[in-house]
Amino acid sequence: MTNYIDYYKILELQKTATEKDIKNAYRKLARKFHPDLNPNDKEAERKFKEVNEANEVLSNPEKRKKYDKYGKDWKHADQFEKAKQQQQSRSTNQGGPQFGNEDYSDFFESMFGGGSSSRQSRSSIKFRGQDYHAELQLNLRDVYTTHQRTLTINNKNIRITIPAGVANGQEIKIRGYGGPGINGGPSGDLYIKFIIENHTVFKRDKNDLYTTVDLPLYTALLGGEITVDTFDGKVKVKVKPETQNNTKVKLSGKGFPVYKKENQFGDLYLTYQLKTPSSLTDKEKELFSELAKLR
Amino acid sequence: MENKDLISIETFCTRYSVPETFVHSLREYQLIETHTDGGAEYIKVTHLQSVEKMIRLHFELNINMEGLDVVNNLLHQVTELQKENQSLKDRLKLYE
Repeated sequence: MTNYIDYYKILELQKTATEKDIKNAYRKLARKFHPDLNPNDKEAERKFKEVNEANEVLSNPEKRKKYDKYGKDWKHADQFEKAKQQQQSRSTNQGGPQFGNEDYSDFFESMFGGGSSSRQSRSSIKFRGQDYHAELQLNLRDVYTTHQRTLTINNKNIRITIPAGVANGQEIKIRGYGGPGINGGPSGDLYIKFIIENHTVFKRDKNDLYTTVDLPLYTALLGGEITVDTFDGKVKVKVKPETQNNTKVKLSGKGFPVYKKENQFGDLYLTYQLKTPSSLTDKEKELFSELAKLR
Repeated sequence: MENKDLISIETFCTRYSVPETFVHSLREYQLIETHTDGGAEYIKVTHLQSVEKMIRLHFELNINMEGLDVVNNLLHQVTELQKENQSLKDRLKLYE
């Protein structure tokens, strides 16, 4: 059971609001929260449903009257009335407690999708069903290669292929897997947004990767070869003599796969971070001092 | 002429229960492109989603043609800004 929601509050109205007030308030809020005007905003979508629900009841004098009297149980107003009459009849005879006009402060279940009548303005128009939006969390390593996933959306299993190189925040559309159509219209689409978490030592900018590697002092000074990690394994990299700290090196084609372009990759950029030796021996200190004197 | 890429306005309007004059107005305000062949007018299937959105905005929110044009332009800007925002967030992570 959902909590009590005050329809008047939703439409920002007093209980004394006229039909015109309700119509104006509904139009104003519908324009504010309409899903077409608030793409990818779930909060707006939720509010739009609330506003519609409130309008559906308050714009109908019959429903409004019942709602004002019975709150969440307005749909069962007739049964209440009957029960009240029976109770009154009993109390007249037996002197028992009477029904009051208390507000039943719970709210009735959402009318959307519950078989209630559609708003008049849309009753004869066929509409595509609502688009669904879902998020799928993936690790950066997952999207280095093309792979398949099975998702369960509204009890339907959907097998999707996630191409290598998909970007963080990118959305794909799966046609026909959204909400059912209205008045015989086609189903909506399902949009899946990829949220890519990166727990690696690599930073990604589009197809390029960036990382920092330690460079031993002597290799930096004299040149040589070091082994570095790339995204798909280790490679040997030649280091020029007298390489400076923070030098950037590009390893072409060792970056991230390019989306939907087979065998095309971005670049990997290494930033060398000089690692100076620690716990020097006396002899090393002596030799460094001699070197220092030469400069 | 009716093929997988095009749908006749007549068919579209029947299916969506909207008057043909509405689609013609959209064309006149350059909100959609139509194609004419053999006296019949068609819209591209790829434009359906956009036309559906304009139907909703027009019939549900009473937004007139000028308003639809403004809304379209602003929504385009919002989408572009959202993409740029995401891209900048991703770049910012490089320095975190």
